[in-house]
Amino acid sequence: MRLLLGTLFALAVAAAVGLGGTYLALSRGAAFGALRIGAWTAWPKTGTQDADPYAQASIARSGRLPVALGDGLTFLAKNDDDGRRLDGRCDVAVSGATPAARFWTLTVYNLDGELVANSLRRYDFTSQEIVRRGDGSFTIMVGPRANPGNWLPTGGIDRYMLVLRFYDTAVGVATKEGREIPMPSIKTRSCP
Amino acid sequence: MIRWLLLLLGGVLLGGIVHLATIILLPRTATQDAFSRLTPVAALNSVTALPEPTPEKAVMPMMDPAFATAICRYDLSNGPMKLTAPVSPAYTSVSFYTDRNIAYYAINDRSAGRRAIELDLMTPEQHAEMPEDENITAADLLIVESPTRTGLIAIRALAPEPGLMAMAQQAVDAAQCQRTEVPKASD
Repeated sequence: MRLLLGTLFALAVAAAVGLGGTYLALSRGAAFGALRIGAWTAWPKTGTQDADPYAQASIARSGRLPVALGDGLTFLAKNDDDGRRLDGRCDVAVSGATPAARFWTLTVYNLDGELVANSLRRYDFTSQEIVRRGDGSFTIMVGPRANPGNWLPTGGIDRYMLVLRFYDTAVGVATKEGREIPMPSIKTRSCP
Repeated sequence: MIRWLLLLLGGVLLGGIVHLATIILLPRTATQDAFSRLTPVAALNSVTALPEPTPEKAVMPMMDPAFATAICRYDLSNGPMKLTAPVSPAYTSVSFYTDRNIAYYAINDRSAGRRAIELDLMTPEQHAEMPEDENITAADLLIVESPTRTGLIAIRALAPEPGLMAMAQQAVDAAQCQRTEVPKASD
């Protein structure tokens, strides 16, 4: 009886640790080789044949086709610069400069990777569409209320993520953290 | 007490094995991965344009809405394939994925350096079987080796502003992928 109880206990622990760990790893995006700049994270190797088993599992589970590294690089942000979760009810300013690339796009997705519905049908901005200041820097306002200038609507959803993709860029596997790569800042300005 | 601690330790160790096993097995057993989603949508060995992603409906999550996308789902069992994609005015890329959705190669309009991206796709075995003189005469032919027999080619064209989406769509619609007949060395 004690043997049976003990075995059941060990097996239950194994199932909880094993499956819980897998679930956490996949929902947090825990692949190796992350490149973190400010609030942004990219996994350059996810777009290559060297994608590690965690990246492969995350790709398979999400159902997406990753952007190939020879094509571009995807940066993801779920928090602002202060570590606060991005809230679709707040006004968030994405501003600054970007690393050299032929084009980039900034897109709002919900946490399932779906586009966010809004009456303007504005889901993203490309580097050619935005209004810039004289020095080439820009501010994109992400929020539920209309803003003059570059406004990316959130439809007032609870949580979302910002995805910044650079196409035809030199930023990649060889890029090291801490080197001077300009990335836009993410600041929550006002919350209702 | 010690007995339970040992059991706990054993359980945690076993859990680590379960964790690694599930991570490694997941790509092989996933039924909602991109390849499985595209199999019923994209015809085999030809180009299928995907509908623009909208909040209500998208073939895959995380598609970039600024791009027009077409997919060629290939099977090299019966021979190599040829892919031709005209370049759009802004930015065009062609990315290659294995049947487990791993990107193994990508080329864009600038690295192709021409008005159209043209290349031949084959398995390493088919490449090795190519007659040598064929390799020489085709020196400027771009050959891509697929690590798997089946996989996906994504042809994507950027619309820098929404008004240019029709043009980007036209560019990917005009892409072609089809079987090629490579002459055998004995011919």
